[in-house]
This record gives sequence, C-alpha cells and structure tokens, in this order.
Amino acid sequence: MRETKFWILHMAAGLVILALLGTHMAIMHLGELLRLVGVGPGSPIEFANVAARGRLPIFMVTYIVLLAAALFHGLFGLRTILLELTLSPRAERAVTVTCWGVGVVLFLVGAWAAVAAAFLLPGGAS
Amino acid sequence: MGDRESGAAVTTVIFRVQRYAPEDGAGSRVVEYRVPVADGMTVLDGLIHVKERLDGSLSWRASCRMGICGSCGMWINGRPRLACQTQVAELGTGVVQVRPLPNFPVIRDLVPDLGSMIEKHRGIRPYLLRRDLDELERPTAEYTQTPADMERYVQFAYCIKCGCCMGACPTLATDVRYLGPQPLSQAHRYNADTRDDGFEERREVVSASAGVWRCHFAGECSEVCPKGVDPALAIQRVKRELVFHVLRLRRRPTPAPLAPPAAGLERRPGIPEPPPPTAGTL
Repeated sequence: MRETKFWILHMAAGLVILALLGTHMAIMHLGELLRLVGVGPGSPIEFANVAARGRLPIFMVTYIVLLAAALFHGLFGLRTILLELTLSPRAERAVTVTCWGVGVVLFLVGAWAAVAAAFLLPGGAS
Repeated sequence: MGDRESGAAVTTVIFRVQRYAPEDGAGSRVVEYRVPVADGMTVLDGLIHVKERLDGSLSWRASCRMGICGSCGMWINGRPRLACQTQVAELGTGVVQVRPLPNFPVIRDLVPDLGSMIEKHRGIRPYLLRRDLDELERPTAEYTQTPADMERYVQFAYCIKCGCCMGACPTLATDVRYLGPQPLSQAHRYNADTRDDGFEERREVVSASAGVWRCHFAGECSEVCPKGVDPALAIQRVKRELVFHVLRLRRRPTPAPLAPPAAGLERRPGIPEPPPPTAGTL
C-alpha cells in the first residue's frame, strides 16, 4: 500500500501547491492591481517588504509547507519517471532512498532559511 | 470466397506482412503479397489466402474466426485489432500492413508470445475468492446476485485475453514489469463482483510498484479493445478503491450469500438426474 499512500500524498501536495501558489500570486500581483486604483501598498518585491513578510510567523509556516509540498510533489514525479526505466528492485530502492535523502536535505536547508528569516535576523519575530 | 464465386467485385490489395523466423537469425523483414479481396473479406481471410495460395510458411494464430477466442490479435495498419473482425474494406486503403502485437516477444511471423500477460493475469487471482472454501470446492447452491449487481462488472467480463490492450499500452512499451491493462481490468472485474471477497488478496498485487499507479491513463487500451471492455475505466476504478481503502472510506461489502434451495419445484418427466460430482470425491 506504500505506492497508494505516496500517490495520495502526491495529489494532496499538488492541491497544497495550487492553494499556496495562488496566495503567492495574489500577494505578488494584487498590490499592483490595487495600486492602479490608488489604494495599493508598496511593491511586494522590494527587499524591505520581502523581509517584513519573512519575519511574520504565518509566512514562515507557509514557506515551510510550500517547500515540503513542492519537494514531495517534484521528487515523487521524478521517482515515477525513473522507475519507468524498468529498473531492478535494488535500483528502485536506491532511487527511492536517494529521492527521500535529497528531499530531506533540501527541506532542512529551506526550512532553516525560513526560520532564520523569521526569528534570527535583525527585526525578526523574536 | 463465396462472394467471389457469386461475382462480387474483387480488387487486389497488397498485404505487407512482417515475417520472422528465429532459426534464420536474420531478424524480421517485410514481405509483400498481392491478395484478391472481395466485399466482406477480413484481414484473417487475406492471411488464409496467403497461406493457402501464396506462401505456406506464413504463421499466425487464429481459431474461432468470429471474435470470440481472442487468438488473432495483431497490429493492423497502425493499431492492434482482431484480424477476424477487421474487414479489409473498412481499412480504406489498398495496402494492409500486418505485424505481430507489440509489447510481446515474437515466436514466429505474426505469433506473439502472450506468456507474460498470462502470468500477470494469473497473479491477480482471476477467480472468485471467498472464505467459505468448502462451498467453493463442493458447491451446493448458487450465490445470489441481482441483475444490477451483475451490471457492475459484466462489461469487464467480456475480456477475451486477445492482448490488444497490452499491445496498445504506451506504458507497457517502456516498462515490461507494469502489469498492464488486461490483468488490472480483470482484477477490477472480480473486485466488483458481489460474489467475490478477494479485494484484500489482490490489493498488494495491484497497488505494488508495477501496479495501477504506473498507468498514465493514455486510454489506448480502451480505444483498441475489440470487446468494449474499457480497461482504462477499470484501472481508474481500481485506483479509487485503493485510495478509499487507505482513507478508510471503503465499505467492505458482505459477499453474496447462497441462494435458498428452490421450493415447490419438481423435475420434469424425462429429464435425468445430474451425474454425481467428480471433484473432491477421491
């Protein structure tokens, strides 16, 4: 049943990405649209605004969730492609372990960046 | 042949047939035959003409000539079809290209080795699985099933194991370990049968690395199936059942009970008693 669980997580991660990328798009572009009618805040891609958002715990959590979802979705898709090369069972296990390893390392690095931005940089939540 | 004898129009069609003889060691080659074709002639009729009149060494597999046995599946003008159900006229061309079914090893000429499909089919345990083993071994009555229950699976029971779906599957073309549409559709055929209680036994096979999750839903299996089985639909339903099982949303149905003995019926005069059972009497 492992493959079924992986597939369900793959779909769930896709939905999470869809929702969070929608949020990202709204943040990136809604300000521009609002500014057209004279009520918009500053540019969302200015460093000060990016840093300010990064200090908010809600954004930190969002970044970490999006990172986890994107890594799982992408690496599971990559694993699926590789397994279709008719690998031996041993090679299949190696691909699975490698994908998990790469995913965990990248997640830890990315999550650390989000946590550091929120709590450790000057002006952070702490 | 009768049409030609009765004076129906006859045209000459070129059959380009892929030939292969393992003892030659020369690989496959394409040989052309000029075949007189009348209205209503099938590709199988054309191949029979070649074998009887032009080249007796041509090999293929066929039996019933009426789309029942599933023996004559082959690649005809770009897609897997049953040679006995494909009329030359419906192809709409003067050239008929015939090759063995893809995704299978070739034994000789147009004869594929379907052994891998049969093994995979056997692996999903394509028969009723129940806990009342004594009743299965020594049946005393029929299991009840309503027409509505039967409708849930009967479409998938039309499979004749011709291998056309396997030959059309793009996933199987690159991954020989993928179970493929024929075994997976038959897993659903039995899972959907109210008399069956074997979902748990088949679950590990169909959800394994080479199981349903390799399906890309290209749908070619359903396009080419000569019996309208729709294996792609069956595979999607297997996926749904597996997901519902993991999410604990799948209700485990109670397998159909035995039908009560018929009451008030008498054997008609002259109808003999059935012979004693032969199974399980040793």
